[in-house]
Amino acid sequence: MPSFVIAEKCDGCKGQDKTACMYICPHDLMKLDMESMKAWNQEPVQCWECYNCVKICPQQAIEVRCYADFAPLGASCIPMRGTDTIMWTVKFRDGMIKRFKFPIRTVEEGQLSITAGVQDVQVDISKIKEQGLYTQQATGETFQVPA
Amino acid sequence: MEAKVNNFEYVEKPEIVEIETDLLIIGGGMAGCGTAYEADKWATPQGMKVTMVDKAAIDRSGAVAMGLSAINTYVGENNPADFVKYVRQDLMGITREDLVYDLARWVDDSVHLFEDWGLPIWKKGDDNESLDGHAANKADKPSLRDGGKPVRSGKWQIMINGESYKVIVGEAAKLSLENNRKATGVDQNLFERVFIIKVLNDKNDPTKVAGAVGFSVREHKMYIFKCKTALLGGGGCVNFFRGRATAEGQGRAWFPVWNSGSNYAMGAEAGAELVLMENRFVPARFKDGYGPVGAWFLLFKAKATNSLGEDYCVTHADEARKLYGKYVDNIGTCMRNHMMIIDMKAGKGPIKIHTDVALQTLGETMSKKEMKHLEAEAWEDFLDMSISQAGVWAANNMAPEKVPSELMPSEPYMLGSHAGCAGLWVSGPGDFGPADYFWGYNRMTTVKGMFTAGDGCGASGHKFSSGSHAEGRVAGKSMVDYCIDNPTMPEFAETADELAAEVYLPMETWGKFSGYTTDPNINPEYIRPAMMQQRLQKVMDEYVGGVSTYYMTSKTMLEEGFFYMNMIKEDVEHMCAEDLHELLRVWENHHRIVAAEAHAQHIYFREETRYPGYYYRGDFLAIDDENWKCFTNSTYDKNTKEWKVFKRDYHQLIPE
Repeated sequence: MPSFVIAEKCDGCKGQDKTACMYICPHDLMKLDMESMKAWNQEPVQCWECYNCVKICPQQAIEVRCYADFAPLGASCIPMRGTDTIMWTVKFRDGMIKRFKFPIRTVEEGQLSITAGVQDVQVDISKIKEQGLYTQQATGETFQVPA
Repeated sequence: MEAKVNNFEYVEKPEIVEIETDLLIIGGGMAGCGTAYEADKWATPQGMKVTMVDKAAIDRSGAVAMGLSAINTYVGENNPADFVKYVRQDLMGITREDLVYDLARWVDDSVHLFEDWGLPIWKKGDDNESLDGHAANKADKPSLRDGGKPVRSGKWQIMINGESYKVIVGEAAKLSLENNRKATGVDQNLFERVFIIKVLNDKNDPTKVAGAVGFSVREHKMYIFKCKTALLGGGGCVNFFRGRATAEGQGRAWFPVWNSGSNYAMGAEAGAELVLMENRFVPARFKDGYGPVGAWFLLFKAKATNSLGEDYCVTHADEARKLYGKYVDNIGTCMRNHMMIIDMKAGKGPIKIHTDVALQTLGETMSKKEMKHLEAEAWEDFLDMSISQAGVWAANNMAPEKVPSELMPSEPYMLGSHAGCAGLWVSGPGDFGPADYFWGYNRMTTVKGMFTAGDGCGASGHKFSSGSHAEGRVAGKSMVDYCIDNPTMPEFAETADELAAEVYLPMETWGKFSGYTTDPNINPEYIRPAMMQQRLQKVMDEYVGGVSTYYMTSKTMLEEGFFYMNMIKEDVEHMCAEDLHELLRVWENHHRIVAAEAHAQHIYFREETRYPGYYYRGDFLAIDDENWKCFTNSTYDKNTKEWKVFKRDYHQLIPE
């Protein structure tokens, strides 16, 4: 399932115009209850368990309870997403714990440059009908055609 | 039922925002992000405006929203011509070889950019061991661009640490858009949380694109974009068949649950020709969680068998050859399903993938530390891109190194980017290939100025994430080319008020009728979109070859299905929406229904079983190369709501 929001931990992303989970959910599922000022998953049957709300929540107030129509209770996968790695704690139904850490990026968020790797040149617009993308223009790199 | 009208008596008229742009990118997934990057390079120096609109947030939108553990298209040391052979083989002999070859010659550049932008890519270490993206950097391994050696899980696939894949590619696209915004002096050129419901045609030339209309799911605002050229960059089609899950697990679709067939429906309604819409993908995946099998089969060398320990691809090969001849050799994805399904029907399941044996075998020559690394690699495969599967394992106390897991062929999906080829019919590159594959602008549909890439572009599967980005770039450059040649801004046939009445009709319906009954879910005047989706899924499943018939259908079954489908089409206008979120679901299901009908019409037209294991025509069980080694294309008339399906020639460009 569906992501769920722990009532005690959610602060409705106080002071911001929208909650982090509302901002990120690709399927428009997370909603802020304006009375309680807490978020909730308004359509769990449409939840892909992509964990983006879980990863982004500044209060760590969101977790996932695996789809109840086929998964037994008692397990969890909890991520802790840092700046360049993500740590996972996988808890089995029988209590076994596995921990993993994986890289997520090599360039810090916000530091990315769209001119890295390829020299920044002005394209020659008169060549737009020729084959080749920007990179081929910038580098003079050749490309293949079928024999 | 009486026709529904919207006089804005029960829903407030929205604020109407009108935007003019040269290029419009509909959908900010991998394809759209590629278009933004490439278009900026060519359009910005010309002072052309580039605008992107997405129903979600670019950081995590599209099929790569969760992340990926591999890039499935990286040509590297291989040859584009061999890539064409591989794709042709897997898609049962019929593919647009010009599009596939063209993709293969550009795709690596997108992968190189991803690495420049910070995507960690696994590399081979000095002793041929696998290094993750961070370890490779620490060991000073060169980037792929500079000759670094990737860890291949297959001939075309490379392993990555892809949790933040889309965040990275999205960040680059946003920078490109920002570059264009500053240079052209507009206030805003990225519209998130705006769902485009239809493409608008030019008043003076209905075969030409003029813009698109949509609405914000956050504010009561309708958006009308006027443009010279547009990219249909949405996803494939998911949840148009009844799924195997019975309740909340329906969200665990293999492909993203938010892919509602918008490319196909909006393209068809705008008058574009579709191709191979009968094609579908039925991935055989880890049961219920739909975890990926690619790395398990290719990287960890796991084997799958029936309950008797037999390899169904061996035991049924001779039998399959009787119907499918040469297509059984060099076995493709659908044929594998076909053999698996034979055993499932015979009660020889469960079909299991022996992850335990694979890991133990690999572990025989490994130290404890290396073994631990291997186990982490296996889990990362799920945690990067299909976290639910890790959840299913944990919930069932199943450790992959100890026990095998069950495999299951899923409900059907339509897509153009993965191992499928449904989509729009587009122009090829033009520097090679036959005349009937080229009409001026690479990746332009048959609607002038309307382009597509990724899932939207048909007859050219196996692009995956990298290929979708590269194809978006190809389209982006062509769109600039088109804009230079066609500098006049089109005009709309519809007024803003007419469009608003159409877009918000479901909310008017809700306001007018929902108070009539004590439970607004049950009301004789309307149907809620969630229920409409269930209704569509049931018809598709029972008559168009879903899981409940083991993917079997026929002329007579389809005709019965059309009877029910026609009434679904009539009831589309009776969907209601309580709020903007439900309005999103209404229009997604509008798209889903058009896409689903295209799928059924194409299956009806093609009198053979081209993709055994994905679907079967019981009345034409064999492959019939003599009559059907061709493209099946269609057009839709949005006024009469009728389809026309016809053949187009397949040209083989790359010899066997």
